[in-house]
Amino acid sequence: MELLNVNIPSWSDMGNWLPEAVLCAGFLVALLGDMLVKGRKPAVPFVISVFALVASGSYAVASLTDPGLGAGFSIMGDLVVVDGLAAFFRILFIFAGLATVLFAWTSEEIMGAKRENKGEFYALTLLLTAAMMVMAEARDILMLFLSMEAVGLVSYVMAGYMRTSLRSTEASLKYVIFGAVSSAIMLYGLSLLYGMTGAMDFAGIRAALVAGPVNPFGLLVVTVLVIAGMSYKIAAVPFHFWCPDIYEGAPTPVSAIFSVGPKAAGFALMIRFFYTTLAAGPDAAASVGIIEVINWPLLIAVISAVTMTYGNLVALRQNNVKRMLAFSSIAHVGYLLMGFVLLTPAGLQAILFYLLVYTLMNLGAFFYVVAINNHLKSEELEDYVGLGFRAPWAGAMMVVFLASLTGIPPFAGFIGKFYLFTAVLDKEWFWLAIVAALNSVVGLYYYFKVVKALFLTSPAADADTSPLKLHWLQYAVLAVLAIPTLVFGLYWGPLKDMADIAIATMTVGF
Amino acid sequence: MGEHILSWMTFFPVIGAAVIAFIPSQRKEVIKTVAAAAAAVPLILAVQLFINFDRGSSAFQFVEHYTWIKAFNIEYFMGIDGLSVPMVLLTAFLSFLCIIASWNIDRAPKGYFALFLILEAGMMGVFCALDFFLFYVFWEVMLLPMYFLIGIWGGPRREYAAIKFFLYTLAGSVLMLLAMIAFYLNVSDPVTGGHTFNMLHMFDQANHSDWLHLTNIRHIIWIALFIGFAIKVPIFPFHTWLPDAHVEAPTAVSVILAGVLLKMGTYGILRISYPMLPDQAAWFSYALAVLGCINILYGAYCAMAQSDMKKLVAYSSVSHMGYVLLGMSAMTSAGMNGAVLQMFNHGTITAMMFLSVGVVYDRAHTREINGFGGLGTQMPLYFSVFSFSLFAALGLPGLSGFVSEAMIFMGVFPVYRTVTIISALGIIIGAAYVLWMLQRVFLGPKNEKWDNLPDINVREMFTLVPIGLIVLLLGVYPMPVLDLMKVTLNNLIKVVAG
Repeated sequence: MELLNVNIPSWSDMGNWLPEAVLCAGFLVALLGDMLVKGRKPAVPFVISVFALVASGSYAVASLTDPGLGAGFSIMGDLVVVDGLAAFFRILFIFAGLATVLFAWTSEEIMGAKRENKGEFYALTLLLTAAMMVMAEARDILMLFLSMEAVGLVSYVMAGYMRTSLRSTEASLKYVIFGAVSSAIMLYGLSLLYGMTGAMDFAGIRAALVAGPVNPFGLLVVTVLVIAGMSYKIAAVPFHFWCPDIYEGAPTPVSAIFSVGPKAAGFALMIRFFYTTLAAGPDAAASVGIIEVINWPLLIAVISAVTMTYGNLVALRQNNVKRMLAFSSIAHVGYLLMGFVLLTPAGLQAILFYLLVYTLMNLGAFFYVVAINNHLKSEELEDYVGLGFRAPWAGAMMVVFLASLTGIPPFAGFIGKFYLFTAVLDKEWFWLAIVAALNSVVGLYYYFKVVKALFLTSPAADADTSPLKLHWLQYAVLAVLAIPTLVFGLYWGPLKDMADIAIATMTVGF
Repeated sequence: MGEHILSWMTFFPVIGAAVIAFIPSQRKEVIKTVAAAAAAVPLILAVQLFINFDRGSSAFQFVEHYTWIKAFNIEYFMGIDGLSVPMVLLTAFLSFLCIIASWNIDRAPKGYFALFLILEAGMMGVFCALDFFLFYVFWEVMLLPMYFLIGIWGGPRREYAAIKFFLYTLAGSVLMLLAMIAFYLNVSDPVTGGHTFNMLHMFDQANHSDWLHLTNIRHIIWIALFIGFAIKVPIFPFHTWLPDAHVEAPTAVSVILAGVLLKMGTYGILRISYPMLPDQAAWFSYALAVLGCINILYGAYCAMAQSDMKKLVAYSSVSHMGYVLLGMSAMTSAGMNGAVLQMFNHGTITAMMFLSVGVVYDRAHTREINGFGGLGTQMPLYFSVFSFSLFAALGLPGLSGFVSEAMIFMGVFPVYRTVTIISALGIIIGAAYVLWMLQRVFLGPKNEKWDNLPDINVREMFTLVPIGLIVLLLGVYPMPVLDLMKVTLNNLIKVVAG
């Protein structure tokens, strides 16, 4: 144990891990309940999962006011830390998990009559949420890898949830193969890093790197391999290939949480890993060495520009709304990476702010697809024609989500882009800002292809134009996502403060 | 309302839109009445503004100044000076008339009127905002309603026209966004020393950072801003969205598009580019004059070639906005005042023309110029109203268009002689396309197909006559509008030329 720098866990610090513990307990109880109580609809696991998420969420919110949060609570020695950054992501994941669980309850894809083991979905969502939370808390390469694998394993099962559907099982298999390859690549990088520094925890790695001497080529290889592994998790080009197929193949509620949760978790991990190991800290003289060895800001900037351009250009040609949203989520990863380029606090704050906004608007857009799929059994754009007049309020909310994804005021997505642009321009990365700005215009075209189908195109003469009635829960969840998307576009001060505090209270170990 | 008159003017329509959203869609008359009421309030306030505006001061008046987002020094900062007052009046006036002119909208009136009111709020906000961020938000807020107004209630090619309008404008806006952020990061608040979006601080060159004083950087920022505004004006070669949007848009939306939205481009140049980058304004002025000249001639020639009445009027807008650019480029008192007066006059005249085209289109369901003939005897009252607007458009002395065009030519002639002489040809071509259309539609043998067309009705007259009166009044005595802007514009000239 001493070799690995891992301390024996003590139970006294586990109190700060209550949200995770509640979710894990909820997972077990939900599974058990599902086995014991059989019904047409799996009400027991659903209620348990909602209850567990609400309870976990209230613990997570309560922990925000804990005065010790700024310094961070170490759990299990130094493997995991609960600090401002982790608290921020905990709330984000629980919110996304809760919205998904509620919406899945009304989804025919999950709850359809022929589906077996419906209850498992709720249990697995709890487990996924817990695993993502640990990803945001890991500060040791061992835990980093384990948490990523935990998220991956749950995801594989969830992607293949419709086990009789060819598309769903294919998605799952693809996910497993891509996941395994990328994990192996990253693990190789991490093992090299351990070999170079002799440390497992991020702070120790940094200390060893600062103390030097550092083999530049070795560090370059490590950086590239680790970035590759994480790029897979967030679906950045060129490690994005799995993403559209899996989003399209998986049930839509699953795609919804995939497009938000694991990506955000990947960013949390990236922020913590790179900021604590490689960023120029307050002791500039000591850290300059690490930064200068490789021009990795340029590497990230190129990945960012290529990712957003690729995602947007390919999305242009999609006629399946779900697949289009998958490519759009790739494009958004490109925008998010802009904030990562210089590892400045302003850039990281912009990422967190954007992630919050992105969670609202992207979940909303996916949920609209779920709601429509219940009625049309289709995600093809041509079938969306005239829907805006058949379900006007839902259509209007979809317009809010799409306009926000495009980045037009007065919606929150614009504010998110504004912060990213400002962070990038402040450090004079002009070309990146211009590429991103032009990409927003490209985005407009395909997001508004959907709006066009909903409201502009006249339906064919024989088309069904009867009003569509959505489930009340669907209206409620969509409104809970749409109203903040608009309100935070007009007054986003509190949201911005949250992101700023999360970065300010991240424990970096230097 | 006295304290927050600008906020009320901007946000009262939004309240109206919110109310409309909750009226059942079958109650069409109620929806229309609420919309008219919501647009009437800004009009009444505009009259109050016109009376109370201090014409002797170049300072911003009716100022409202509050913190909005503290962390980024974004402020809710509204105020108007002589440049914005005519535009605010125009917006309030045309918006109200357009609601009346839209009375015959049958398809989904709820959405139409709600979006129209949001559009009005956005336009009003652009002309009142003194915080760059606020300005940008208002600028963009208009896009979404405009997209839907063209796209849902427009003509056969409305989907194409709507997205084209949206894409063009957004492409310009993102460049403006980057320029805005560059300003934000390089202008410091003289009191706090922090970054600021306050336009008044941006006007003061002493607040600019060293980086922002680099000539190349300033050129780049000028061009980014210019493209953003040029697309809106639209300046050749960025004008191609305009004919499409106009042809497909419903009548009232065309009126707003030509009457107010185009002015936002030139307003932006005068409000933002000129005072923030005065040396670049001087550097670019000759190019601006040439672009203005191209707009005048190219727009006029294109108008002459059109067989669709609405497209003809649309291209005439391109031509008339060219006069504005020409007047701005000279930076003389006559030129600048003429330019802003022309912005106002074009707003009224082109509104009359579009409304008139709408009248015949509602009856005949075609706008094909050659499909008509001899309408003068069939619709005598309509004939007189439409010809009045067309004469105003060709610059007949005694009507308002003549005054502003004459001022522009007087102002530019001493500065750019050749360009002025070439541009003056535009007047002749303008007369040609206007009279030719008049002849083909109203004179000659009567087309029997139109024997049953009823003459213009009272509601339509109600929308056209008030504009006509203003056109006539300003043609004889332009001082009511000139007085409003004189002091501010002469001050602006001092900033850019001195």
